[in-house]
Amino acid sequence: MIEFRHISKSFAGTAAVQDINLSVGEGELFGLIGPDGAGKSTLFRMLVTLLLPDEGEIAFNGRNVVDDYTYVRSHVGYMPGTFALYQDLSVEENLHFFATLFGTSIQDNYHLIEGIYKQLEPFKKRRAGALSGGMKQKLALSCALIHKPLVLVLDEPTTGVDAVSRKEFWEMLQKLREDGLTILVSTAYMDEATLCDRVALIQKGRILRVDTPQGIVARFGKPLYRLSGAGVQRFLPLLRALPQVHSAQPFGDSVHITLGDEEQMDEVVQQLRKAGYKDGLQPVTPGIEDCFIDLMLEANA
Amino acid sequence: MRKVKYLLKKEFRQIFRNQAMLPIIFVMPVVQLLILVNAATFEIKNIQVAILDEDMSQESRELVNKLLSTGYYKAVDFPTSIHQGQRLMDHNKIDLFIQIPAGFAADLQHEGHATIGLDISAIDGSAASIIYFYTNTILADYNSAIVARWLHLAKRPALPVELRTRYLFNEELEYKNYITPGLMVILVTMVTMFLAAMNIVREKELGTIEQLNVTPITKVQFIISKLLPFWLIGMFELAFGLAVGKLIFDFPVVGSLPLLFAFAAIYMPVGLALGLLISTVTHTQQQAMLISWFFVVIFILMSGLFTAIENMPDWAQTITLFNPVAYFMQLIRMVLLKGSEFHNVVRHFVVIGLMAVAMLTLAIVTYRKQQ
Repeated sequence: MIEFRHISKSFAGTAAVQDINLSVGEGELFGLIGPDGAGKSTLFRMLVTLLLPDEGEIAFNGRNVVDDYTYVRSHVGYMPGTFALYQDLSVEENLHFFATLFGTSIQDNYHLIEGIYKQLEPFKKRRAGALSGGMKQKLALSCALIHKPLVLVLDEPTTGVDAVSRKEFWEMLQKLREDGLTILVSTAYMDEATLCDRVALIQKGRILRVDTPQGIVARFGKPLYRLSGAGVQRFLPLLRALPQVHSAQPFGDSVHITLGDEEQMDEVVQQLRKAGYKDGLQPVTPGIEDCFIDLMLEANA
Repeated sequence: MRKVKYLLKKEFRQIFRNQAMLPIIFVMPVVQLLILVNAATFEIKNIQVAILDEDMSQESRELVNKLLSTGYYKAVDFPTSIHQGQRLMDHNKIDLFIQIPAGFAADLQHEGHATIGLDISAIDGSAASIIYFYTNTILADYNSAIVARWLHLAKRPALPVELRTRYLFNEELEYKNYITPGLMVILVTMVTMFLAAMNIVREKELGTIEQLNVTPITKVQFIISKLLPFWLIGMFELAFGLAVGKLIFDFPVVGSLPLLFAFAAIYMPVGLALGLLISTVTHTQQQAMLISWFFVVIFILMSGLFTAIENMPDWAQTITLFNPVAYFMQLIRMVLLKGSEFHNVVRHFVVIGLMAVAMLTLAIVTYRKQQ
C-alpha cells in the first residue's frame, strides 16, 4: 500500500531522515517507534504531501506522492502531532467543514465514525477548544476518517494523553484495522509497539529494524538481567566499567544489564557484592525498549 | 463552488466569533474619526505669547491691545527684560515673544518707521509659519491704520492692487473636510491589510493550515476564501465610516458615491494581497503585525494625509507614485470635496488596477511556491 524508497530529507544541512526504505501492506497497523527528533514526523509529512523529499520516492497505493499529490490528499486521513482543528468552531462544525472540503457529508460516511463520534455527540455544539484532551483526539480522528480514506496516518496521537484515553485510542485503532483500513502510527512510547502488527524502530533519521514486535524481541540475542532495589542505579558506573557487562541501562526503578554470555553472571555478582549490592541478578525476557536500546547502542558503536 | 461557499461560511463564523473583531469593525472607525479629526487640526488658537513693552507709549499699548483682542493670542506674561522673555521661551511656556523696544513711538513719529522684534518657537515649523502669518496680518492692519492717521484720512486708503481670494471646494477652510476622507482611506487600508495578514498567519500558528493542506482544496480556493471576507468587510467599513463622518462632521459629499466605491473595490485587493504576501513570509501573528505596521506607517506618511505630496522633496514624490494609499487619498478628496468625475480620475483607476493585478499575482505566486 505504501512504499518508501531511499527517502532522504535534510533541513538547513542537517539530515532529518536518511535513506529510509519501508513498505506497509494493505490493512496493516504499522508503528513507527522512536524517540523525539528521530524523524517520524518528517517521514509522515512527506507521505501526506506536506513536504517534498530531497531524494527517493514514496508510492501511495501505487502512485507517486509528489506527482499525484491530489490523489493522496483525497485518500489519506492525516492527524498531525498537534491538535489542528478549529478551536473556535464547534465539534459538529469542524466535522461538517472537513466533510465538505472532501466533497462528502457526515450523513454519507457516518458509519465510519459512528463508534468514535457517538461519545462526542453530547458535546457537538461545544467549541473544539473547550474539549478535554481525549475528546479533542476523538474529534481529530473523526475528522481524519470522515472522507473514507484508504490510509490513516497518525503522528504521535497518544502523546500527552492520559493512560485511560491511550488505551481507548488503541482499541479504536484495532477496530479500524479490523474494518480493513491501513494505519500508520508513530509513537515514542515503546510499550505501544506490541499493539501494532509490524513496527519500524527509528533513531536519528535511520531505521534500526523492521519486524513484528514478537520478531524484534525474538532477535534479541543476549542474556538480560535485572537488578532491583532502592537506589540500585548508583551501580550504573561500576557496571559499565566491567568488561563482562555488554550494556547497563536504567529501566524505571531498576537496572537492566546484558552480558556477553551467561557464564559471566557470577563474576558480575561478585563485583556487585563488593560494592554493597545484596540481591542477585534476575533473568528477564526482553521488551521492545530493551531491543531498541540494544540496537541503538549497536548503531552508535 | 460548494467548497468555496463553505470555506467562506467558516471564515465568517470565525470572524464574528472573534471577540476583538466586532470592536475593530465598529468602534475603531468611530474612535479614529472622533479623536483624529478633532485633534489633527492646523488651526491655531491660543498662541502663548509674552510681550515685552519697553516703550509704554500710547502707540505701543494700542498695538498690544490690537494683538490680544483678536482672540488668537493668550498673554502668558509681560516680562520686564529680554532675558526674562527668553527664559519663558526656553522653558517652553510661550510660542511667541514680542519685543517693543524703548523709543518705538518716538521713532515712528520722527523717523517715519520703527522696529519690533518677533521670536517664534519653530519646533513645529508649520505652526511657526501660521503664527507668523497671523501676526503679520495684524501688523499690516496696524500699519495701514497709522498711515491713515498721518494723512488725516477719515477712511483707510485703498491699496492699488487688491487681492480677491476665493477658496475653492472648501470655502471655510474646514480642516475636518480635508482630514475626514483621508482617515477613511487609512481605516480601510489598515482593516483589509492587517486582518488578512493576521488571519492566515493565525492558521499557521495554530497548525490548522497543516490539516487544510492535506485536503483536496486548491490554493486558489483557499486564497479566495481568505481574501473575499475582508474585501467585503473593507467595503462595509468604508460605507460605515462615511455614514459616521457625515453624521458627526457633516462633511460635504459633492461627487458620486458609486464612483468612490467602484474605486475602493479595485483598491482593496492591493492591501489584501500585501496582507497575504506578509502572511506567506511570516510564521507568527506578531511578526505579521510588525511588518504590516512598517508598511502602514510608510504608506500613511507618504500618502498626503497630513503633508501635501507637492511639498515633499522630489525623491519622496517619486516614492509616493508607488504608494497605493496616496492614490486613494487623492481620489477620495477629489470625488467627495470637488465632485470629480470618472474622466478626471482615470489615471487613478488605471494605476490602482495595475497594482491590484500585480500584487495579487505576486502574492499568489509566492504563496504557491511555498511548497
